[in-house]
Amino acid sequence: MVAEAGSGHPGGSLSSTDIVTALFFHTLNHRPDEPKWPDRDRFILSKGHCAPILYAALARSGYFPVEDLINLRRIDCHLQGHPDMHKTVGVEISSGSLGQGLSVSVGMALAMRLDKLPGHIFTLMGDGESQEGEIWEAAMAAAHYKTDNLTGIVDANGLQIDGFTSDVMNVEPLAAKYEAFGWSTRQIDGHDMEQIIEALDWSKSVDGPAAIIAKTVKGKGVSFMENQAGWHGKAPASEQKELALAELKEQAEALISGQGEA
Amino acid sequence: MADELKPRATREAYGEALLELGKRHGNVVALDADLSGSTMSKVFAAEFPERFFNVGVAEANMMNMAAGFAISGKIAYASTFAVFATGRAFDQVRQSIAQPNLPVRIVASHGGLTVGEDGCTHQSVEDIGLMRLLPNMKVIVPADFNQTYAAVLESYDTPGPMYIRTGRPLTPFLYQEPPASLGKGADVLREGSDISIFACGIMVVKALEAAEQLKKRDISAEVVNVSILKPIDVDTVTASLEKTGYAVTAEEHSIIGGLGDAVAEVAAEYCPVRMGRVGIKDVFGKSGKPDQLLEEFNLTAAHMVELAGKVLASGK
Ligand SMILES: Cc1ncc(C[n+]2csc(CCOP(=O)(O)OP(=O)(O)O)c2C)c(N)n1
Ligand SMILES: [Mg+2]
Repeated sequence: MVAEAGSGHPGGSLSSTDIVTALFFHTLNHRPDEPKWPDRDRFILSKGHCAPILYAALARSGYFPVEDLINLRRIDCHLQGHPDMHKTVGVEISSGSLGQGLSVSVGMALAMRLDKLPGHIFTLMGDGESQEGEIWEAAMAAAHYKTDNLTGIVDANGLQIDGFTSDVMNVEPLAAKYEAFGWSTRQIDGHDMEQIIEALDWSKSVDGPAAIIAKTVKGKGVSFMENQAGWHGKAPASEQKELALAELKEQAEALISGQGEA
Repeated sequence: MADELKPRATREAYGEALLELGKRHGNVVALDADLSGSTMSKVFAAEFPERFFNVGVAEANMMNMAAGFAISGKIAYASTFAVFATGRAFDQVRQSIAQPNLPVRIVASHGGLTVGEDGCTHQSVEDIGLMRLLPNMKVIVPADFNQTYAAVLESYDTPGPMYIRTGRPLTPFLYQEPPASLGKGADVLREGSDISIFACGIMVVKALEAAEQLKKRDISAEVVNVSILKPIDVDTVTASLEKTGYAVTAEEHSIIGGLGDAVAEVAAEYCPVRMGRVGIKDVFGKSGKPDQLLEEFNLTAAHMVELAGKVLASGK
């Protein structure tokens, strides 16, 4: 998708893939044929640059044809570089300017509480994104208003654009920060499907907001992209694309035949 | 036009000029918010790591840190994308940079639609308006690599805060070498007598093309590169309007708040004329290739020609 577009953000999309997959194909209570169903759970992609994984999940869920994906970022396609709620069905809110999604989620969570709606909100953020002060304003507000219906997930892949988060601007310890802000907090391996699913289920049951700090590998599954800041926002060239898809296919097949590690 | 020089992005000129300033002046510091490879402040960072501060994804913090540096005797260069520098951190810029009148230079890259595929969240079409509104803030939109280089070098000694917009795309050269100064910021690049085209940034080259096309229709267009949008060079703008009696403005920005407004304000006060404005018509951008977007949003020489025809046909 990103290769065809010639630009986009593969690294953070791949680190989030297992989490987004678990959400769309296990946890979320949603109706792709009725996108505005009031009782649905909501997924908010606060780190909007990872639109490719959101689009893939929406398409595979049936919100729009899978064939659309190949036209990502083209001038005549609804799939914008960053999610646009007016152009793409299933996108709950436009995003792409980092640091805003958690605040929007707190507002939605409180509105849903007022309206006695049963849905739960899952908000995915980046670790670099967590450097934005607004994230912590939202964290404070969520705990203050005891939003039981909100789960914040941080894709802690340790990288941002200019390098390792530990070098650019250290955000750790994230779990201790969320705890100090009054959230129930868990740290998991963000590529271990059992841990992801279990943590998502757990997060719905706790009082007040729940944070899941998912340790991940940026560029997960593509050997030459893994842990490389350079693959944050760059499209693979055509041979690289073939190699990447072959590697991902091999891992998928191994998983299906039960030989995969995770 | 200096055709023989290969087009270069204005943001690259920022990196090079900032490096030069770093060499000349020990009190120059630079800040960035996790986009140093895009804004090109990385060029400075590589040479002067001890005077470079990456704040991470935290634009508001960056602007106020820059204010702290500036109040302590440093000349602070703060960079990120235009949309975040002016939008996300507007109040920080207003309260702690503009009002205190501090020597912070906000050099913001990725202005306008030519950001391309990232789409409307990243395409700044209102930054010039936001910055123009702030008292004390000077607003500069250079038209090519060399003019950007000159603007950044000159910024060192300019009192007070300044906003300089750079762009992502490779941009043709207009100036053979960096001018010694931007002067008052309105260069008449081509003289004409029938209509004035005021343009800034990447639209200047297109304005020259438009003038060439108008010539074929026996219309003599004057082209003025307005690089300093605030304070705008009232004398040069008025003189041109008095000479031609008609105007078209062209900018990679909303028609509200930018060059079109700045020229209209001068015209209304000093020399009322019929005007047409080429710019983004009060809408957000979208994803696409930069050239396709310029076409779709009518930021073209052809549209300037069409509008010039309409303005001239409308009579005095
Ligand atoms: C407010 C804002 N500032 C800057 C950017 C540019 N930007 C896009 S992605 C990114 C780095 C994000 O790092 P992280 O949140 O860790 O994302 P991931 O590693 O999951 O891709 C930056 C600085 C932005 N989109 N929004
Ligand atoms: Mg990250």
